[in-house]
Amino acid sequence: MSIILDHVSYVYGEGTPLAVRALDDVCLQIPDGQFIGIIGHTGSGKSTLVQHLNGLIKATSGCIYYNGEDICEKDFDRKKLRSKVGLVFQYPEHQLFEIDVFSDVCFGPKNLGLEKKEVELRAYDALRKVGMPDELFYQSPFELSGGQKRRAAIAGVLAMKPEVLILDEPTAGLDPKGRDEILGQISRLRKETGMTVILVSHSMEDVAEYVDRLIVMNKGRVMYDDVPKEVFRHWRELEDVGLAAPQVTYILHELWERGLEVDVDATTIEEAASSIVNVLAGKNTLIEENDA
Amino acid sequence: MLRDITLGQYYQTESVIHRLDPRVKLAGTLLFIISLFFFSHPAGYLIAAVFLALVIRLSHVPFRFMVKGMKAIAFLLLITVVFNLFLTPGEELVSFWKLTITMEGVRTAVNIAVRLALLIVGSSIMTLTTTPSNLTDGMEKGLRPLKLFRVPVHEVAMMMSIALRFIPILLEETDKIMKAQIARGADFESGNLIHRAKALVPLLVPLFISAFRRANDLAMAMEARCYRGGEGRTKMKPLTYQKRDRLAYLCIFGYLAVSICAGKVIR
Repeated sequence: MSIILDHVSYVYGEGTPLAVRALDDVCLQIPDGQFIGIIGHTGSGKSTLVQHLNGLIKATSGCIYYNGEDICEKDFDRKKLRSKVGLVFQYPEHQLFEIDVFSDVCFGPKNLGLEKKEVELRAYDALRKVGMPDELFYQSPFELSGGQKRRAAIAGVLAMKPEVLILDEPTAGLDPKGRDEILGQISRLRKETGMTVILVSHSMEDVAEYVDRLIVMNKGRVMYDDVPKEVFRHWRELEDVGLAAPQVTYILHELWERGLEVDVDATTIEEAASSIVNVLAGKNTLIEENDA
Repeated sequence: MLRDITLGQYYQTESVIHRLDPRVKLAGTLLFIISLFFFSHPAGYLIAAVFLALVIRLSHVPFRFMVKGMKAIAFLLLITVVFNLFLTPGEELVSFWKLTITMEGVRTAVNIAVRLALLIVGSSIMTLTTTPSNLTDGMEKGLRPLKLFRVPVHEVAMMMSIALRFIPILLEETDKIMKAQIARGADFESGNLIHRAKALVPLLVPLFISAFRRANDLAMAMEARCYRGGEGRTKMKPLTYQKRDRLAYLCIFGYLAVSICAGKVIR
């Protein structure tokens, strides 16, 4: 049970003078239950990549297999695939259209042809999962705040009960508080349901804390595909392609260069803090010299 | 999917036609269309076709690319031809069932078809070789005399350029919303007419909202940059006629003279 991409390439506007190779020979394997971050600079092909995963874009060459079935086959049920691989687009609040939040979330499961009761049950469940307050259920989606709108839109995809949830820049345009809330909610959701989650972002800070695998895209190719620790070892190369490692990586490297033997592979603020505290406990005197 | 519309699209490349002043191209297109009505004999269209072929050659736009955009018009062309073929009274040529094809019918049908095709290709040359902003610039300057008659030329040109600018944006937006709703299980392709019309609601509502939001943002941004109409506004790249523009005018009027003469001679 997994998604496999086999030498997938995609060209926008093939045959015109403006043809752009958005994906170039991408091979990936996405097993069940993983929390994956896809990172890349603007135009690196990350959004194009995820749209392949639920069959919205057909690869120019190469194949994609979902649970062993080729999704490019003519008789493959793409509608079913889209219910299994839920894709939350960038700025998903721009797709809201119903008169109230609840009906909007019902749209997805209703399209699956479920019974009315089941549809409403799923919508209710999804809205609870994203932490939408009950009193907003019957508000117009256009009157909500930015963060709430986004929750409603994410719930709209969750209500289809996907096995794989893909979020394209779920935190774009949100304030730090809204960002932490959304990411925390997604992380909790994954722990509860065990679904595969793919998080697309251009910000290392966003993903470093949550994911257990990091795919770095550059110019349509997979540049790194590893656990975050290993990927951030290449922080210099990442900078060359317009990305940055998390801030703690820089701080730790700086400290290390100044003679403090901290663990430079720490990726989260908590890890970094405990590593620094550990070293400081042993070398109190040295740091005072450095500070002066 | 929606990106594939080529009619009225700009084709970026380097050529003499691309570099011409937009006013020349506007006037040229207008005169070319007028010239098409001088001919009543099919042979006369040969002159127009040769002239057009020459311009296409000069423009470096692949002919294949142009024809691709014409597919949408093909249907319209077919209807006109069929109607003219069967409904023109005159000398009977072939008759079967209730339909009769007349000599005059054939002549009118061919005439109209050729005229329409030349007209479409001729005007698409202009849009293919001129960026929308250049085009409205040309219009604004070319129509300036109308200001005497209190025609708000600048405002019309500004509205046109904004409308043109919004076409690709809204197309892209449509594509995006469509994909987002498809990802939520929406189906735009199957079902009967009523079903399909209903399926458009989840597409149209967000599209309208986004169009209004964008319009609002744009108005705000323009105001923030002190836009207050055309009075006293200067251009960063003012349009001035070059030598090649004068030469182009000469060619166009030459062609016009030839076609008027040909129209009189060939009957």
